[in-house]
Amino acid sequence: MKKIINDPETVVQDSLRGMQAAHSDLLTVHHDPAVVVRADAPVPGKVAIISGGGAGHEPLHGGFVGRGMLDAACPGAVFTSPTPDQVLDAVSKTDGGAGALLVVKNYTGDVLNFETAGELAESEVRSVVIDDDVAVKDSLYTAGRRGVGGTVLLEKIVGAAAERGDDLAACEALALRVIASVRSMGLALTSCTVPHVGSPSFELADDEMEVGIGIHGEPGRRKVAAGTASDMVSALLEPILEDLPFSSGDRVLLFTNSMGGTPLIELYLAHGIAEQLLADRGITVERRLVGPYITSLEMQGMSITLLKLDDEMVSLWDAPVHTPALRWGV
Amino acid sequence: MGCTAADVVAALRAAAAVVQEHRDELVRLDQAIGDADHGENMKRGFTALLSRLDAEPPDTPGKVLKLVATTLISTVGGAAGPLYGTAFLRASAAVGDAAELDPAAVARALQGALDGVVARGKAAVGDKTMVDALTPAVAAAEGVNGSVAAALSAAADAAEEGAASTVPMVARKGRASYLGERSAGHLDPGARSTALLLRAFADAAARA
Repeated sequence: MKKIINDPETVVQDSLRGMQAAHSDLLTVHHDPAVVVRADAPVPGKVAIISGGGAGHEPLHGGFVGRGMLDAACPGAVFTSPTPDQVLDAVSKTDGGAGALLVVKNYTGDVLNFETAGELAESEVRSVVIDDDVAVKDSLYTAGRRGVGGTVLLEKIVGAAAERGDDLAACEALALRVIASVRSMGLALTSCTVPHVGSPSFELADDEMEVGIGIHGEPGRRKVAAGTASDMVSALLEPILEDLPFSSGDRVLLFTNSMGGTPLIELYLAHGIAEQLLADRGITVERRLVGPYITSLEMQGMSITLLKLDDEMVSLWDAPVHTPALRWGV
Repeated sequence: MGCTAADVVAALRAAAAVVQEHRDELVRLDQAIGDADHGENMKRGFTALLSRLDAEPPDTPGKVLKLVATTLISTVGGAAGPLYGTAFLRASAAVGDAAELDPAAVARALQGALDGVVARGKAAVGDKTMVDALTPAVAAAEGVNGSVAAALSAAADAAEEGAASTVPMVARKGRASYLGERSAGHLDPGARSTALLLRAFADAAARA
């Protein structure tokens, strides 16, 4: 294993120290328990939007802390959900009197830890669970669909609603509307290596891709020949389109995401193909996001997320945001 | 002869050593069908537990079990933190403030632990989880008339068999469930760690 780290045991804390140094105007990093908090928190009268999850997906979630998005992020160890005391600390540091909305990605560990925190919190707390990954069959026989790329879009849109003064019930209702309207799928060209493990999370031959991966280096549903960029984009977009379903006349936000190791030259290439495929079907791409925003360490690969837009979502997407990873309108 | 707070502390120290020793094995098992963090998470939790036991050893078995619960909930993360935390919390409630535990109290503690895991994780036998190890362990401990060591030994035997039974199963809970049929053929890491902990407790009780 070759990585820019000093010690696998302290990689998350060490990285958070650098993040604090880089963005002290936007956020404050607390250690023990680890919580990344918006610099001007608590904002009086504003609903606190709080998320969290294992480290290794940067910039998710700490990179989205700041005005117009998250009030706090709770980073766990690499690919490991945070603990309830982190979430409780985040709530107490950010609750401006209007309560807190917890944004939870659907993984057993995340759900259990946030659920435990919600039961222990003294503030008014609601939580929403996002499960946008169409690669997982949602049935009684699985833990349900995973929360992936849709999380970034949800945090931006609901963060903007909280910033304009929406109350907790309205923020929760909006979050549920986003969850009902967003679908994602990802693929990997290479595996990734978790620092405390030291070896790749799964095996993949040079000419293979793993379709339907999550964001934790867990294997996907099938290995296939890698093929061309057009094959790859189709392999992701077709199941997404069928699932919601998206159809001719729909207005969408297209989010083309790198899993960390795929360079922008390839990502833009894939994005262009996705735009064309959607245009061919009469689907209007009204907003876009392209880049590495929800990653899986150094994994090469990509995910595509489609959100069916309405006027309110468009205006909340366009609203000012000022965080380390997303910044516009300010 | 019962099991005192000091005996419970000794059993937990033994368990911490076993977790440390099997850290890499648990990581490998989890790497195959999960996200490769179970061994590291359990090690972090039990290392934190050792320093809390050193700082302030509680004076009843129930309080020791409660300290285990709060430590694991706040340090382990993943699914294992809330699941093992809830297990030890319910075990603590099941034994109350008794100064010593007899075999019946140990069986009640195990039953409480199982009820807690099922309530929190909503898994059933056959889902390829720690419930597959813990369920037969509870039944085995209840059937023993004798010492605490005998009850725990029967529980550990049953848990090891239960863990082994997860190998052919297709996972229906947790991250392994995303693999569908591909999860078959692997030992469930949570069932394995449950069996390891019970074996460590049984061995410590036999030495006491």
